[in-house]
Amino acid sequence: MSIRRTFATAGRVLAQLRHDPRSIALMLIAPSLLVGLFAWLFSDKEGVFDQFGGAILALFPFIVMFLITSITTLRERRSGTLERLMTTPLGKPDFILGYALAFGLMALLQAVITVTFAVWVCGLDVDGPLWQLGLVAVVDALLGTALGLLASAFAQTEFQAVQFMPLLVFPQIILGGLFMPRDQMPDVLHAISDWLPLSYAIDAIGAVAAGDEGWDVYGPLLIVLAFAVGALLLASLTLRRRTR
Amino acid sequence: MMNNAAVEIDRLHVRRGSVRVFDGVDLTIPRGQITGLLGPSGCGKTTLMRSIVGVQKIASGTVTVLGEPGGSRQLRHRVAYGTQGAAVYGDLSVRQNLAYAASLLNAPKGDVDRVIDEVGLRAQAGQLVESLSGGQSTRVSLGMALIGAPELVVLDEPTVGLDPVLRSELWQLFRELADRGVTMIVSSHVMDEAQRCDRLLLMREGRIIADTTPASLLEETGTTDAEAAFLALIERDRSDSAPRSRREAREQDAREQEAGE
Repeated sequence: MSIRRTFATAGRVLAQLRHDPRSIALMLIAPSLLVGLFAWLFSDKEGVFDQFGGAILALFPFIVMFLITSITTLRERRSGTLERLMTTPLGKPDFILGYALAFGLMALLQAVITVTFAVWVCGLDVDGPLWQLGLVAVVDALLGTALGLLASAFAQTEFQAVQFMPLLVFPQIILGGLFMPRDQMPDVLHAISDWLPLSYAIDAIGAVAAGDEGWDVYGPLLIVLAFAVGALLLASLTLRRRTR
Repeated sequence: MMNNAAVEIDRLHVRRGSVRVFDGVDLTIPRGQITGLLGPSGCGKTTLMRSIVGVQKIASGTVTVLGEPGGSRQLRHRVAYGTQGAAVYGDLSVRQNLAYAASLLNAPKGDVDRVIDEVGLRAQAGQLVESLSGGQSTRVSLGMALIGAPELVVLDEPTVGLDPVLRSELWQLFRELADRGVTMIVSSHVMDEAQRCDRLLLMREGRIIADTTPASLLEETGTTDAEAAFLALIERDRSDSAPRSRREAREQDAREQEAGE
């Protein structure tokens, strides 16, 4: 582990991103556009956007970061640059944390823009403080980054990496409590949803929107964070210096 | 006691699935020289290089590099590896690529500029690598391996796709590095590059079929150029190994194994 090499890697990933303004624009603006579409859809139905808008805020950073991270790290695995890095003093945690740091920073920017847009332009009404909404969005994005890093280890092609999205993400959305409160689900599905990180992300957003405080917000948020850390650890275990 | 070999390989076995890539390779590569690794594509050059730099999973046998077990932590500052094809970041500039390598190796400040000049990319330093020609990006990849002060540089086909002028310049650079005491291991399938090496390892089907010098290669085969010499050796090797049936091979393996234990 080396802080210098971790930051060098994060800086390198951000420098790569800087040469790709279109991706930056997609990353920062796409979630706002989708939130806007959602708000417009329910503009005649009083209260619906307030009920679901928050959860949408939790979903998009997660999905976008999952996709971006899994594809960029897969590209690194396939282009030979990862193999080359594995012959240098760069540690495996340095590599993983470097990516998490760089995309975490992007996630922060994305959260600020999306929350601002949802509240000031679309009129999302939340009882809790806005920064908490942003915090949940950032932690969700981190979870997406962590799972993306992990997923890239199991994909051999970009095509497979993209296919992991519906496999890993959609069940979490369906069982996360967005379509049906989790306690009304069939027992088996409810039990499964207890093991899916996105369920807790949606709980946390719900708590912020309802103006709950303390553990109602931070409890589920910590669980999401724990999942993210766990996925990062697993991802760093999937990196191998020696391969076939 | 100072160990004089840069690389010592003892009974190296590498398997890929059920295919035996190496079935007991023994090899010594001296320090401070340019060792050329030559052979037809698919003969195991890359696998051998990957084994030396420690990114290849090996089934058994030992690889000792600069006196340490191959791929060990202490070697990661001392050994540099240039992969086949340009393993560089296309969406970074030449300078950014080299600067990243420099920060990973904790190389001195002036290293990036020194390497930019060594690989002749001064005019392209600020350009994105993906906008460069194939030969130029190969040189960026080579430059990544020259950052820091590696004692052993392993380069997998570094001159592939380069024009003759550039190839000659790079070989001059390899020679300068070797004169400075750096051990160079360079693979190639361009046979006329063999003359530029101090030592030659010729490979075929996962075996070292000759460990020689350019002069004695020509002498031994009675040919005048490296390409003809290599073809002669391959022909000789083929006729030696052809009549070997599967059963004979098994029996011979068993004998070798006994002898080894």
